[in-house]
Amino acid sequence: MAKTFDKNDDSVVVIIGSGAGGGVLGNELAQKGVNVVCLEAGPRFTLDDIENDWNTMFGRLSWLDPRKGTGDLVAGLPLWVCKTVGGTTVHWAGASLRFMEHEFKIKSAYGNIEGANLLDWPLDLNEMERFYSMAEDKMGTTGTHGIPRLPGNNNFQVMEYGAKALGYQDVHTGNMSINSQPRDGRPGCHQIGFCMAGCAIGAKWSVLYTEIPKAEATGRYEIRPESMVLKINHNKEGKATGVVYVDKDGNTHEQKARVVAIAGNAVETPRLLLNSESSMFSDGMANSSGQVGQNFMRHMTGTVYGTMPGAVHWDRGTQMAGIVMDEVKNDPNRGFVGGYYMQTLPGFGLGWYAGNVGGMSADAPGKWGRNYTRDVVENYKNMAGMWLVGEDMPQEKNGVTLHGSEKDSYGLPVPVVNFEDHANDVAMRNHAYKAGSAVYAAGGSKKQYQLSPFPSTHNMGTCRMSEKPRDGVCNSTGATHDVPNVFISDGSQFTTGAACNPTLTIVSLAIRQAENMAKMLSQNTI
Amino acid sequence: MINTKVSRRTFIQGSATAGVVASGGGAILANTEEAWALTTEVLSGDTALSLLIMARHLYPHDFLGDQYYAEVVVNLDEQAKSDSSLAEKLENGVKDLGQIIEADRTYNVAFKDQSSGLQLQNLKRIDGSDFFETVRGATMGGLYGNPRVAAFFGWEGSSVEHGGYINRGFDDIGWLPKGGR
Repeated sequence: MAKTFDKNDDSVVVIIGSGAGGGVLGNELAQKGVNVVCLEAGPRFTLDDIENDWNTMFGRLSWLDPRKGTGDLVAGLPLWVCKTVGGTTVHWAGASLRFMEHEFKIKSAYGNIEGANLLDWPLDLNEMERFYSMAEDKMGTTGTHGIPRLPGNNNFQVMEYGAKALGYQDVHTGNMSINSQPRDGRPGCHQIGFCMAGCAIGAKWSVLYTEIPKAEATGRYEIRPESMVLKINHNKEGKATGVVYVDKDGNTHEQKARVVAIAGNAVETPRLLLNSESSMFSDGMANSSGQVGQNFMRHMTGTVYGTMPGAVHWDRGTQMAGIVMDEVKNDPNRGFVGGYYMQTLPGFGLGWYAGNVGGMSADAPGKWGRNYTRDVVENYKNMAGMWLVGEDMPQEKNGVTLHGSEKDSYGLPVPVVNFEDHANDVAMRNHAYKAGSAVYAAGGSKKQYQLSPFPSTHNMGTCRMSEKPRDGVCNSTGATHDVPNVFISDGSQFTTGAACNPTLTIVSLAIRQAENMAKMLSQNTI
Repeated sequence: MINTKVSRRTFIQGSATAGVVASGGGAILANTEEAWALTTEVLSGDTALSLLIMARHLYPHDFLGDQYYAEVVVNLDEQAKSDSSLAEKLENGVKDLGQIIEADRTYNVAFKDQSSGLQLQNLKRIDGSDFFETVRGATMGGLYGNPRVAAFFGWEGSSVEHGGYINRGFDDIGWLPKGGR
């Protein structure tokens, strides 16, 4: 049923990337009768390729093309995202939370924050509510549309106990796009663990086995895996005409297009625009504002592990098994603006855990030796763990640039990603570390480890939405201010990042963008 | 593979009780009490045994037999087969660990023949060096990434083929009082 389009067919919408943004946009457009060609850089897997093995799946799914991290990022692996059909929705944990009202308008809510490049979204919660609801229904998000929440595993129960002992009220197993009962042809969760290595039974929503087969079934959708886009071509009127890509055999093609939508995650999306420079767009395509690649956000994050007085077996069951929501309020009396969540997260197996505690926490007794093995490694089964995630400040100095000389295997300049914490991010993280440690201490833990951020999974803001063309790259539908038939369709378009995991908002924006784009196509305005 | 021709002589070094005999260009690491033997092809017997002792100092667990640490050494040997710079790094690194540096003199005692305390002191001296980090990384990955080892620590491995934990204790915590305060 999957359709094949001619490369000279200039009536198609070309979508670059097949994750939460690109994958959903493609299916939504195909359902509305629009012809779509999706170019995905990574290979296509099936559920049979998903194993319960961290190292294997990390190697199979991750985007491991060379990238350089600078500032506070992990130098060799600044981001932990996927290069595969379905994108990072194969790897994501499933947390599906909405922005709060003020998080769309933080310049108004927080005022001027020194060193931060704050801006209000050209959208608000009222406008987004309908799309949030459609996204939750599509993804089967627990705690919405009458879908029961998941049961709490041991790691959640430890967090819940400590949190409630400290007086936190808003503690539950979250809004998760993991089936708590069979739905949409997919089974309920078996509490396997390994959510972030890919859900081997498809209980977790992923574009790979929901949006893409549904899109293909329309007969209006073609996905070409292992197709890396190098450049967007344009005509002398400044409209995009097609994209140049390399297939898995190394052959270069051009696919003509009526519309180009970019959804390559917050590094590849601006990188493609920068690589699409021309005599007309000398600083890169759609970059008259100079904001392409800037304002990179990756959330304030951190991790707390607590050594508990009894066995927890934290690997059992959903990884993000529950949440404490009380600290997400904006209360500047805490010494920072914005807020954060605590979400359970175990250690990704003994191997990664044993390396990460020593490598990422000053609380560890060094990295090796008798004290390390006794205190850290031999307590593995007694550990509880949580991830801290909160709003970070957009800053112009944080972002994506092209390396001056180093090229990747496609011949493209290697992206350099810089991120430096804002003072507000640091103050929030310190508050969150203390709160997380206190939760475990309240449950009887005598020792906690506070770990520095992992490679970034929540990547946002590098082609941000703005009301005025001078402040950002795209408008409230995601269309770039400069090139009306080029759209930003992933987390890159986030004006600011809010505290919550970004996927639900990316999916909601994609649904909204598809509605607007289909209308524009039928009215011949693009 | 159990090699019955291996010498019964047992070296007591650190807490390692494995022995070593030369075998062609490499060596056979063996522990007759634990009834196992592993061979190296590139690394010399001295280097192989020294690396085994070093691995035990880095991540010591008294309940783990030498064989798991020996597997780390054999993995390094395997990599060294196609990477002569690694072989050189390991041989030189072990040689360097034979240096005893005191306030007024420096002298040599093979690392494997040093007392456990001296071995530890020497490892602290080279902590962070390229050689040290190579062996530490290999030990970390080889030991804790080994599912037979990880099982001793409560890592339960792949669960999908067992139906996950939905009926196997995902919420079986027993020691936690119910309901918070």
